Amino acid sequence: MPDLVLKPLTALGHDAPLTESLGPWTLTERADVALASLAPRRGRAEDVARIAAAAGIALPSPAMSAMGAVFGSFWMTPEMWMIEAPFDSHSDIRAHLLGLFGDAASITEQTDAWVRFDLSGENLPHLFEKLANFDLATAPEGAATRTVIEHMGCYLVKRSATQVTIYGGRSSAQSLHHALKLAAQAQA
Amino acid sequence: MIINHPILGPRDAQEFVYLGDAALIDRPDGLTAGNEAFHDYVYLRDNPAGVHRELWYHEQGDRSWLVVTRNTVTHEITGVELARDVARSRGRSK
Repeated sequence: MPDLVLKPLTALGHDAPLTESLGPWTLTERADVALASLAPRRGRAEDVARIAAAAGIALPSPAMSAMGAVFGSFWMTPEMWMIEAPFDSHSDIRAHLLGLFGDAASITEQTDAWVRFDLSGENLPHLFEKLANFDLATAPEGAATRTVIEHMGCYLVKRSATQVTIYGGRSSAQSLHHALKLAAQAQA
Repeated sequence: MIINHPILGPRDAQEFVYLGDAALIDRPDGLTAGNEAFHDYVYLRDNPAGVHRELWYHEQGDRSWLVVTRNTVTHEITGVELARDVARSRGRSK
């Protein structure tokens, strides 16, 4: 048997995640985060809230995100959250969450569905005025929303005044990257 | 046009997709209601010039279905509810 050596590629098709300067802003591709969505089953909301609190998983209010010691999370829709965890320790995040929540919640693996770009730098609202129909300047810290960037549905999380996370469809990662790059050139 | 989402507040109408008459929530039981009732449900719609209750989907937002009460003449929106709440209040969505 020949040795099969599989070479993992990032969403942009490279060996290693991309980090690049876009004018005054820095774009970082994040391949080190595991994702799963969590939706309490009917009538099990209290069980889910109790288990999540004990496990250190915040279940933030609508249009908000939260960051814990291990798990991050953001609100997607009524009674559904996206859970983030370090990929190295939680590459099997669904199994991990199933172990916690059992049949109290429906958990869907989401890691390979998305590409994550973190953008950092001063004056990010200026960049996003070009990109998305979402007022980053007035949004509170921790705000999370779904929005559209160049016709692509994305999740946008405002981590702080100088850092924003974008989740876009992994299959359109290069188009999203292109859109971010063009907007940064125009706005720099 | 701005739709005042019950959870997320005012959002641009371009984030939403329009489906049609909110009467779609009241689907008759296909086995007991009879062909006539089901035919009417599938094919017949009122097309009022004035206040209309209609289903909108927040596709580029939280992906919830809404029942929007809209005046089709003036585009004034007088009420927005989660379709889930409307359906449950009518005994649907067990």
